[in-house]
Amino acid sequence: MGREFSPGTRVRVREDFPFGHIRTPVYVRGKEGVVMRRFGSFPNPETLAIGRDGLPKKALYEVRFRQADLWPDYQGALCDTLDADIYEHWLEQV
Amino acid sequence: MTNHAHHHDHDHAPAHDHAAPPQPDEKIHSYYQILGLAMKELLIEKGIVTPDEIRRMIEFRDSITPATGAAIVARAWTDPAYKQRLLADGSEAIREFGLDMGGTTLVVVENTPAVHNVIVCTLCSCYPRNVLGLPPSWYKSREYRARTVREPRRVLAEFGTQLAADVEVRVHDSTADMRYLVLPMRPAGSENMDAAELADLVTRDCMIGVAVPKAPAC
Repeated sequence: MGREFSPGTRVRVREDFPFGHIRTPVYVRGKEGVVMRRFGSFPNPETLAIGRDGLPKKALYEVRFRQADLWPDYQGALCDTLDADIYEHWLEQV
Repeated sequence: MTNHAHHHDHDHAPAHDHAAPPQPDEKIHSYYQILGLAMKELLIEKGIVTPDEIRRMIEFRDSITPATGAAIVARAWTDPAYKQRLLADGSEAIREFGLDMGGTTLVVVENTPAVHNVIVCTLCSCYPRNVLGLPPSWYKSREYRARTVREPRRVLAEFGTQLAADVEVRVHDSTADMRYLVLPMRPAGSENMDAAELADLVTRDCMIGVAVPKAPAC
């Protein structure tokens, strides 16, 4: 724990590719977004998936990305966004 | 398949020489279907659940349909205080409809003239089942999951939904324990409709965000 991101904080998703059940989609890894809200703390799905207790719980954040930042060839509008729910240990402050 | 009748004709034949071999179930059982069936049989064998409990749970699941979600949306359209509660804490607000999110959290996202929301789960098929029932098969398809995050406007257009370039398309990838429900905009021309009539305008696709409700032309 220890990391707290308040709404509006600019964050980067860790660019990491560990084995296992990871709920951080590959297409947001290494990308920058903005924390919109903190949803609370939830058991860590990465350890739950291997039969452990998922503790300590991890804070879960709604992070908003600009589509143009996710896809270099994005064809939609510049204002388009994508929200993903990312656990604290995948985020670092920019 | 056409061998159904054939199968029945020969079912009671004594088990000798040229009798047709037993026909497999016409359903194709995938690895995970077989795993599920094996798990179910073991749980019953060990007395952990009864077949009656499983059937009752399936009946309960089947009782939740998009009409449930539509009633919630219509209530939000006609009751501003309820809408506020729904947006602030979806899981709590749907208790007023006798619904419970179980281990997940309902997050309701509101469409406005400036923002259009659409829901996807790229990692699996997370869906607000406790409000809308089972997801449509296209929602679980790899194509919908991969393309909605990458080219949402093209996906929306294929559902017949064209949005102006100055409307922000906001995709929600359900990556964790949150389940998303889109609160669509109440359509123009529906001013004189009551909650029951309004609910008829709200389809499943409107609450996933691939469509928008339309008032009947009159």
